[in-house]
Formats: sequence, C-alpha cells, structure tokens
Amino acid sequence: MPSLKDLKNRIESVKSTRKITKAMQMVAAAKLRRAQEAAENARPYAKRMEAVVNGLAASVKGSDTAPKLLSGTGKEEVHLLVVMTAERGLCGGFNSSIVKLARQHAATQKSKGKTVKIITVGKKGREQLRRDLNDHLIAHVDLSDVRRVGYENARAIAQDVLKRFEAEEFDVATIFFNRFQSVIAQIPTAQQIVPAPVPEEAEATTLYEYEPSEEAILEDLLPRSVATQIFAALLENGASEQGARMSAMDNATRNAGDMIDRLTIEYNRSRQAAITKELIEIISGAEAL
Amino acid sequence: MADTLQFDLVSPEKMLASVPATEVQIPGAEGDFTAMPGHVPFISTLRPGIVIAATEKGEMRYVVTGGFAEVTGERVSLLAERSLLAEELKQDAFDALVTEARSARDAATGPEQDSANKHFADLMELGRQLGLQASAA
Repeated sequence: MPSLKDLKNRIESVKSTRKITKAMQMVAAAKLRRAQEAAENARPYAKRMEAVVNGLAASVKGSDTAPKLLSGTGKEEVHLLVVMTAERGLCGGFNSSIVKLARQHAATQKSKGKTVKIITVGKKGREQLRRDLNDHLIAHVDLSDVRRVGYENARAIAQDVLKRFEAEEFDVATIFFNRFQSVIAQIPTAQQIVPAPVPEEAEATTLYEYEPSEEAILEDLLPRSVATQIFAALLENGASEQGARMSAMDNATRNAGDMIDRLTIEYNRSRQAAITKELIEIISGAEAL
Repeated sequence: MADTLQFDLVSPEKMLASVPATEVQIPGAEGDFTAMPGHVPFISTLRPGIVIAATEKGEMRYVVTGGFAEVTGERVSLLAERSLLAEELKQDAFDALVTEARSARDAATGPEQDSANKHFADLMELGRQLGLQASAA
C-alpha cells in the first residue's frame, strides 16, 4: 500500500501532465484552424488545375506524342512511394496509419515482384519505416525547420520526384498522406501522381483553343500539377496532424482527469483509514487504564 | 451577352482576386492578349508580365511570373504560381526573382536554354515596365 506522501506526489505529477496535454490540445486547436484555412485556400487552384489537366489529358491521351508524365514509361516495374508524415509525435494514430498504408502498398508491390523505392517526408514516418524497409528508403525531405508549409516546399519535393522520373529511376509514383475529414476522422490516402491518372470518362468539356499547342501546354502543366497535388497533400496532412493531435490530447487530458479522481479517492480513503486507526489506538489505550 | 466576365486570379496558396471585369489584359507566352466577354474558349501559358483587369473599381494590376490562363466567354481564370499586386512588387522581391531566373538560365542546358533565356528576358522587361532596376550580374 502506497503511503500518503507517495499518493500525493502521484496526484501532483498527473496534474502537471494534465496541464501539459491541455496546453498541447489548445495549441493544436489554434494551429488546426490556420491549417484548415490554408488547405481551403489552396483548393480553388488545385481544382482548376485538375479540371484543365483532365480536359487536356483526355484529348491527348491516344496520341503518340503525349508527354511521358501522362502516358507513363510503358512499364510498371519500379514503384516510388512518397510517404508524408509529421515531424512530431503525440498525435494519436496519425503517423502510424499512413505508415501502415504505405507498408501494405509496398508489400503488395513486392509480392508482385516489383521494385519499391521510398521517399519520406517528415521524421516520424522515416523512423517507423527504417525498421523493416530500410533498404528501400532512397531519400528524405526534412521539413522540421519549416514553420508553415509553403508552395515552395511542395515544389522542391516535386522537382526531386520529377528529376528521378527523368532519370528513369521509377515508373509509377504514389503519395501517401492523411486526408482531413474532421477532427476525429483522418483518412489515410494513397494517390497516384505519376503517370497522371486520367479519369475513365472525362466529360467533353468546352473545346478550347490552345496557345502554344496542346502538347506544349501539357508539357508545362503536368509538372505544375504534380507540385500542386503534393502541395495539397501537405496541407491536408498538416490539418490532419493538428486534428489528430487535438483529439489525442483531448483524450489524454480526460484520462488524466479520471486518474486524478481515482487517486484522490484512494488518498482520502487512506487518510481516513489512518485517522480511524489512530482513534482506535487512543480509545483502546484509554479503556485499558 | 453579358458585358462583364468573371476574373479569377488564383495562386496555389490563396485566391488573389475574384471580381467581375470588363476586360483583362494577359501576358500570354506567345504574345499579349486581351480577354473580353464572349472570347473564344482559350488556354494559354503565361510569361512574366503584368495582368491588367478593368473592373468597376478601376484598373487592377497584378504581376505574374508564369502559369496559365483559361479563358471562356464568361470567365477568365489565371493560375499563377506566384502573383501579387503590381504596387507590391518591391525592389528586393524583384531582385530575388532576377537572381533565381539568372541561376536557372545559367544552369539550363540543351533545349531548356531557350525558354530559360526567354523567361529571363521577359522578367527584365517586366522590371523595366515597373521602373525597377535589375542588379548587375
């Protein structure tokens, strides 16, 4: 049985833990709002870009001169996985769920006899993947110094990916991130970015005139589209991370509260027991006289 | 036919403008053009330059460094990677752009060289129009 002093110390330490988790929760809530705003601000651009690329892609798809980013290299041997996770932990299952999805994907591709290469964005994913897929990690993007993810960061990642594609280091690239749905729900998502996926039934949009030619525009647009998708994924991820952290810290705060209640009851009981014991001793001492 | 078209200028990070305009001058990659209501559906890439939109509140001038424009009879959508109000482009920001373009030009090889050179020249012209001096190489 722990002494009164021990119990008191424990209550104090749980209390300070609760203060920390509470503070983290509030910080995450504030950051979440900003991250959500950023994700929403980026949506019009991404949507417009997607619409134009899809329209163009549908009209160029069949031709032999279609850019490689659209038509692919003609094989599917080497798969590149861009796994985007957070730089920090303490955000519930956020990092693990992305890593799990990526791991599954890697396992399926490997079982089909394909080669798997992985680029990690964010420290936590790298730490987890290093355990079993260390041989497949080819690069890491460190965003720990970046306070707010900007388009420049996404462009740098995209350029790296595109350079590897030019050098024929891979055939298919997929990004892994958490799509933000709500504070309590983030959906781990895999999205193929290279070659650009073309919707099966691209609706016949307005017939545009192009200047310069369709192919030249597509050549210019596709790299931008890759960067845009990566940027959108980074922002979704940012919002998801804060959302996940917020709910994880909310849980932790609540658990700490429950624990304090339990410990306080135990503390009061033992104190009462001690008092009763002393009383009994005094009374029985008095009776003995 | 409506006498205005919807003018949207979006960058990856936010929407910069979304207003009705009577005409929009756009620096297309192969020459400037002006989009007016009823324009033929048209998609063009952009070169560094100034976009001028005539709106109710007067002329709005934006600097763009690239991207593309999607024009239909009712709307003009500019998707620009970097864009800001022309008055807000200050010397130091312009210097940064010039430095970047210069290093891209110097690094370019083969077929990319032409486009990098053109980009640099267009940027210089843009600076001249705004009365900004490019720092010496």
